[in-house]
Amino acid sequence: MTVTAASTPEAAATDAATTAPAGIRRKPLPARLFTTYGGLVAIGVLAYVLMVWAPGSMSPFRLGNLGKYCAFALASMGIGLAWGRGGMLLMGQGVFFGIGGYAMAMHMKLEAAGAGNVPDFMQLYGDGTMPFWWEPFRSGAFTIFAIVAVPAVVSLLLGLAILKRRVKGAYLAILTQALAVAFATLLVATIKETGGFNGLNTFTTFFGHNLYDPEVKKNIYRIAAGLVIVFLVILWQLYRSRYGELLVATRDAEERIRFLGYDPANIKLFAFVVAAVMASIGGALFVPIAGIISPTNVDAAASILLIAGVALGGRASLLGPAIGAIAVGYGRSSLSEKYPDNWSYFQGALFILVMLFLPGGISSLWSKLKSLAGRVR
Amino acid sequence: MDVLTTPLLTGTATGAILLLAALGLTLTFGQMGVINMANGEFLMIGAYVAYMTQQVISGAGVSILVALPVAFVFAGLLGLILEVTIIQWMYQRPLDTLLATVGVSLVLQQAARDIFGAQGDPVTAPSWMGGRISVFGYEWPHRQLFTILLALGAFAALNAVLKYSSFGRRIRATVQNRELAETMGISTRNVDRLTFFLGSGLAGVGGVAIALISGTNPTLGISYIIPAFLVVVVGGVGQLKGTLIAAWAVGVVTAFLTDWTSGSMAQVLTFALVVVFLTVRPQGLFTVRTRSLA
Repeated sequence: MTVTAASTPEAAATDAATTAPAGIRRKPLPARLFTTYGGLVAIGVLAYVLMVWAPGSMSPFRLGNLGKYCAFALASMGIGLAWGRGGMLLMGQGVFFGIGGYAMAMHMKLEAAGAGNVPDFMQLYGDGTMPFWWEPFRSGAFTIFAIVAVPAVVSLLLGLAILKRRVKGAYLAILTQALAVAFATLLVATIKETGGFNGLNTFTTFFGHNLYDPEVKKNIYRIAAGLVIVFLVILWQLYRSRYGELLVATRDAEERIRFLGYDPANIKLFAFVVAAVMASIGGALFVPIAGIISPTNVDAAASILLIAGVALGGRASLLGPAIGAIAVGYGRSSLSEKYPDNWSYFQGALFILVMLFLPGGISSLWSKLKSLAGRVR
Repeated sequence: MDVLTTPLLTGTATGAILLLAALGLTLTFGQMGVINMANGEFLMIGAYVAYMTQQVISGAGVSILVALPVAFVFAGLLGLILEVTIIQWMYQRPLDTLLATVGVSLVLQQAARDIFGAQGDPVTAPSWMGGRISVFGYEWPHRQLFTILLALGAFAALNAVLKYSSFGRRIRATVQNRELAETMGISTRNVDRLTFFLGSGLAGVGGVAIALISGTNPTLGISYIIPAFLVVVVGGVGQLKGTLIAAWAVGVVTAFLTDWTSGSMAQVLTFALVVVFLTVRPQGLFTVRTRSLA
C-alpha cells in the first residue's frame, strides 16, 4: 500500500530497513536515524527554548503571552492531527477549548468566592442561587477530571453521530463551525449560569496559589509549555505507530481502507476525540494565564484563528501546528500593537496566500524550494 | 390563531431571507462543489449597495428597485474576480478553497469596517413597504411580504435559467459529467465563471433584502453564512427545491422556537435539530442518485 504522507512515514522506513532484500539500496544509517528520530530531536530543541531559555530571559508579561500561545498551540496540534493526518477540517475546536476553559474558570470562580459562597456574577444577574452542575467544580480533582472527560465524552458522542454517518470533508467543516456558533450563542444567552457575554473573569487563586505571585505565574507557564512538549512526544509516537499510518491512509483513500476491512469512522473518531481533549486542555490552561474566558474566546472566529496557526506551520507536520500557533499568536499581538485594526487583513492574507501557494505550510517550504531548484536545473 | 399565524408568517419571511442567502450557495456549492465562505460577504456587499444607491438616489421607492440589479452585477463581478484570482487554482482541493475564502471574507469584512465604519447604517424602506395587511388577525408588514416575493422570484428565475436556457443546460451538463460536456464543445471554464457570477450576484440581491430589514453591518455576512450553508446541506446539495423547502422549514422552526423560548436559544436549538437531522439523513432532503462511492 503506497501512502503519501507529507512527511516520510517513519514506521515504513524502519520496516524497510529490517526486511529489505539485498540489492535494494538503503539510505545510509545516519539518514535513517534522522528520519526516525529527527522529530524527537526537534522536539528537544523546542523543549529547551520553551522550558529553559524563555523563562530565564523573557519578561513576565512576554512569558505570560507565550503561555497563552502555548495554550492555543495545544488546540492547534489537535487540529493538525485531525486535519493534517486525518483529513478532517475541524472549524469548531473553540467548543472544546471552551469546555476546558469554562470548567477551569468555574473552579477558579468558586475558589474566589470561598467555600459555601456563590460566584459574584450570579448575585448580580440572577437571584443568587447556583445551578446544581456548578457544585462539583468546587473540587479541584473533579475539575481536572472534567477537563479531560467532558470533551472526550462529548466528542465521542458527536463523532459517533456524524462520522459513522460518513459526514466528511466540507460538510464536517461546516457542521463543526455551526457547533461553535451555537455554543457561543448558548453561552451569551445563559448569562445567569455562565456569565453571558462577559464570560468568567476576576480570579484570585489557582488551586490555592495566589495568581498575582510572579513565581506562580511562571509555574503556570511551565505547565502550559510542558504539556505542549508532552503532547508533541505523544503525537510523535502516534504518527509513527500503526494507527498513524492508518489515519493517513484513511485521509488519502478512505474507500480502500474500508475495503481492506477497517472501519474508517473508528480511525477518524479516535483522532477527533484526541483533538477535542487537547483543545480542552489548552482552554483550561488559557484561563489562569489570560484571567478570562468569554464567548469571544470560543466562537467561530476564535476557532478559525486556531486553524490559522495550523495552516501556517504545516498541517501534516509534527511541529508545524505548534510553532505556527505560537507564530500566529506573536504576529497577532505585535501587529495589533502597531496597526490596531488591521489584524483581519493579515489573517485573511495569510489564509489566501498559504492556501494558494504553500498548502503544506512553512514546514513544506524546504522541500518545495528543493523541487523548484530541481526544476530550474 | 395568533399563536400559530404570527410565527408561521414571520418564519416564512425569515425563511425567504435564508433562501436568498442560500440560493447563491446552492449554485456554487451544489453545482460546482466549491465552498465559498465569502458568500456571506457578498450579502453584505449587496446591503451596502442598497445603502449607497440610497445616498445617490434620494427617493427610497426608486432606489431599492435600482439597487437590486446594481447589487446583482456588483456582487457578481466581485465573485467573478474571486473565481479568477483564487478559486480556479484550487478546484481539486475543496477544504483549501474553504479556508482561502475564509481569508477573503476576513479581508472584505475589515474593508467594509474601514470604508463604512464599524457601526451599521440604516437603509430606509420605501413608503409602499411601510403598510401592513391583516392575515388571520396578524398585522403582517408589507416588508416581509416583499422579501418573500423577492426570494420566490429569484428562485423561479434561477430555476428557469437552469432548466430552459442554453446556459442552464450547459451548467447542468458540466455538473453531471465534466469530461463529456467538454467533448461536446462546452467550455467548462466559461461555465464555471458564469456560474460563479450568477451565484455571487444572487447573494447581492439577497443583501438588498436584508438591508431593508436590519440595515447594513460589516458583520452581516457572518450571521448568515452558517445558517445558509446548513440550509443547502439539509436541502440536499445542488437541489433547488430542497433548498426552498429547507429554507422555509428552518425559518418557521426558528420562529416557533423563538416564540417558545428566546431568540438565541432558538438559534441553538435549530442548529441542534439540523445536526440531528443530518445524522439521520446525511445526504439531505433530496439527492441525485449516483453510483459513486459513499
